Amino acid sequence: MNGTGASSRSKPGLVSAPFEVVIGLEVHIQLQTRSKIFCGCSVQFGAEANSQVCPVCLGLPGALPVLNEKVLASAARLALATGCRINPVSLFARKNYFYPDLPKGYQISQFDQPFASDGGMTVTSEGDAQRAIRIRRIHLEDDAGRSIHAEAFVAEDETLLDLNRCGVPLLELVTEPDLRSPAEAADFMQRLRQLVRYLGISSGNMEEGSLRCDANISLRPAGSDGLGVKTELKNMNSFRHVERALAFEIARQGALLAAGGRIEQQTLLWDPARGMAEPMRSKEEAHDYRYFPEPDLMPVAISGEWVEELRRQMPELPEARKARYEREFGLPAYDAGLLTGDPGVADYFERLAARIEDKKLASNWVMGEVMRASNARGCSVLELKMTPEHLAVLLDSLSRGRIHQQAARRIFAEGLENGLSPAEAIEREAGAQIHDTDQLRMVVREALTSHPDETEAWLGGKDKLAGFFTGVILQSLQGRADPRGIMALLQEERKALLEKRG
Amino acid sequence: MLLHTGSVDFQSIKPLLAAGSISCTSLAETYLQHIDKGAHLNAFISVFAEKALEQAAAVDRKRTRGTAGRLAGLFLGVKDNIVWSSGPTTCASRMLAGYQSPFSATVLKRLAEEDAIFLGKTNMDEFAMGSSTENSAYGGVRLPADPGRVPGGSSGGSAAAVAAGLCTAALGSDTGGSIRQPASFCGVVGLKPTWGRVSRYGLVAFASSLDQIGPMGRSVADCAELLQVMAGYDPADATSSMAPVPDYAASLTRDLKGLRIGLPREFFPQAGMESAVRAAVEECAAFLRREGAELVPVSLPHSGYAIAAYYIIADAEASANLARFDGARYGRRSPAAAALEEMYTLSRSEGFGVEVKRRIMLGTFVLSSGYYEAYYGKAQKVRTLLQRDFAEAFRTCDLLLTPVCPTTAFRIGEKAGDPLAMYLSDIFTVSVNMAGLPALALPCGRDSAGLPIGAQLIGPAFSEPLLLAAGHHLEKGHAPARAFAEAS
Repeated sequence: MNGTGASSRSKPGLVSAPFEVVIGLEVHIQLQTRSKIFCGCSVQFGAEANSQVCPVCLGLPGALPVLNEKVLASAARLALATGCRINPVSLFARKNYFYPDLPKGYQISQFDQPFASDGGMTVTSEGDAQRAIRIRRIHLEDDAGRSIHAEAFVAEDETLLDLNRCGVPLLELVTEPDLRSPAEAADFMQRLRQLVRYLGISSGNMEEGSLRCDANISLRPAGSDGLGVKTELKNMNSFRHVERALAFEIARQGALLAAGGRIEQQTLLWDPARGMAEPMRSKEEAHDYRYFPEPDLMPVAISGEWVEELRRQMPELPEARKARYEREFGLPAYDAGLLTGDPGVADYFERLAARIEDKKLASNWVMGEVMRASNARGCSVLELKMTPEHLAVLLDSLSRGRIHQQAARRIFAEGLENGLSPAEAIEREAGAQIHDTDQLRMVVREALTSHPDETEAWLGGKDKLAGFFTGVILQSLQGRADPRGIMALLQEERKALLEKRG
Repeated sequence: MLLHTGSVDFQSIKPLLAAGSISCTSLAETYLQHIDKGAHLNAFISVFAEKALEQAAAVDRKRTRGTAGRLAGLFLGVKDNIVWSSGPTTCASRMLAGYQSPFSATVLKRLAEEDAIFLGKTNMDEFAMGSSTENSAYGGVRLPADPGRVPGGSSGGSAAAVAAGLCTAALGSDTGGSIRQPASFCGVVGLKPTWGRVSRYGLVAFASSLDQIGPMGRSVADCAELLQVMAGYDPADATSSMAPVPDYAASLTRDLKGLRIGLPREFFPQAGMESAVRAAVEECAAFLRREGAELVPVSLPHSGYAIAAYYIIADAEASANLARFDGARYGRRSPAAAALEEMYTLSRSEGFGVEVKRRIMLGTFVLSSGYYEAYYGKAQKVRTLLQRDFAEAFRTCDLLLTPVCPTTAFRIGEKAGDPLAMYLSDIFTVSVNMAGLPALALPCGRDSAGLPIGAQLIGPAFSEPLLLAAGHHLEKGHAPARAFAEAS
């Protein structure tokens, strides 16, 4: 979308040109370190409320923050992966505001000297065009706790606090206003999720809040370089909601501008249930954060040597991996993209591909059965009891014709449950195969007579129907036959039928 | 017995303990009696009598086994902004009335490991904001030498308790002079260590970039011994220094020959300083010259801006440090609050005193959008210039000698209505905090009314051994200083 929807509503004389959409994102990435950013408390998600706290993250009088240096490596990996410059010295700053789930009364963040600056990422635009999106900065900060009002166990006039999240390390990534559509914004978030998973620095789960984004959005006449008045959108906690919320706000701004109105700079909260965004109370957003350097922490000094060491340890990133799959395994771009979308899936695939010849067969199975199984179980493919090594044994038997597709699926399903090597099941299935040619010929003939129309078409030259018949036959045999044998029998029957017709 | 009329320092107690003529238990009883007798001074907010007696008995048992720590027999007053897990910490504020910290400050752990016993928590200006210890929710502290006067502040309770013999020594905190100025008014020794030398973990923050915990005692040697135990890197304080801790006691007796002592002319102004103060500090200089030191005239040209810049930076940091006292999780929550915003405004309005509110408002203002550069930004530049001034001065001298305060102790109420006059009481002390340097305050004479006068020695970062040595020489050799040590 580029705002043409909005311009179509314009009144003549008020807005002459279509609008261009201008979006910038502020993304918060929760880091998967073992402990919090300024104390030793665990960051485990879903623990009992207020069980993962200490004087430091509770902001008790006299407690002081100490930087967990593990977060620097996470930040540096994201900076390197996005081509950002890692600043030799960065500073923590206090961002002051009152809120009950912010125990210190300030957030420890970075302000005028962030950890890293000036990088970029690519998004897929309309018509598969790739566009560069500039990244302004990446900085470190601590997360706040959670205020709980809207739960059944909270009384009408109560707010409960869970401070477990206080001090969980966050990276904030800020883009330049380079995104031009909700689809681009959603794609940016998806690619960022893929990247943080590849780097192993975050689970990147938007629903759990480990990946969160706010958007600044404005419209301007197409072709203009200036920036219109922007609004800020918050509370978009899935990729779909990023897209929907932005589309909503573009339509709202577009209609307002087209009617000769003015955009008011404000913060809007997306309500996913009602599918609309509403302004926050102006009091809630009228913040003067009064940033100043955090005196309890020393400046963060990063050496070039350390950065080089990290650069050497960087994993292969999604783009490179996708290209390699096309090149090395001869896979179509679609397969390569899907397989490398998640680093776990890619790892699974590579372990499988290393053990079998037919890479396309491996790809089909990973994209099909394997990913379906992990989705159904809500786990990573690497956690499946059917390991890539076991699957390799299975697919080898399949490609050599010892068992049929259906039998392979059965064995796969068994393997998901019992985690055993499929060798025995393969023997069983192979042993159950019907080798009796006469018996098989009967089944073939039955298939042809019960599908007279298809048989006519087939005999008339529609060769592709051979596959259809093979399927039907194997179906009725529950896969207990070698498809190549069936195919041969089918050809014999065809020849006989044609000869009979003279 | 020996402790009846006054008090002695820890160095004098140690041989008596070793000889068996006194015990920790008898010492504890004596100090507790003194605390009772000195109740009118209002030096303590809480006293841990039972616990102190129990611990004294335990330390006596350790002494018989030969396993006692080096501070066995030292009874400490602890400023009430240093948290202890075995007693309340109030910061002399209604906001924290009855607040019990679940953890203890690193310095208290280190001191307890060496068997120092904490007698109680000493009174102070609320959240260490003040120069007279009149800003306490628990009432002001009186100067032992003249109960109509203030003991200085903000560590006025600690200074008064040491001066009156209510404890062997005490801990203070110094953000702009809060150890040195009350030490000077009360006639005791106070050391403000280099920023980062002593862990701040467990010190309720006022202005983090300026705050430092330090010892206050009856002798330089006592301060040296306390610093020995308190100093050193603490993994819980990211700003604590990893520099090795030297042997302070061993350096006390080093020779002063050839030592260059700078006399900054801005600290000896023609107006605004009592003549007795000037005379007493100049006599210290003359004594040190006789001891072989060389006197060097120096200048700290930006000193005139120090007070203004200090109050901007300190209050800016305070406005953030005190934001956590919001009534949500601990401390005072106004019973009248019905909604979130009321919880903040009523709890803070009722919980904080006038001076604390004044500083929070000033600090909030100087960080506000549109004013930041003009105030906070400029104050930081002044801070850099002050640091350069000191660096420049230390090219031509090893230590600086100045008065601690332009005056001796003033009358209760004299400056209470005039915050600016009160702030000027810190005029010779704030620069040291702005530069993160160590400074020692020690008594060096009395004015015509018999009120103590304090001299201040300032050194480069981590020059505590040299400061303590110069102070020790003054205390042992310079008659007006020696008079304080011998007063007991």
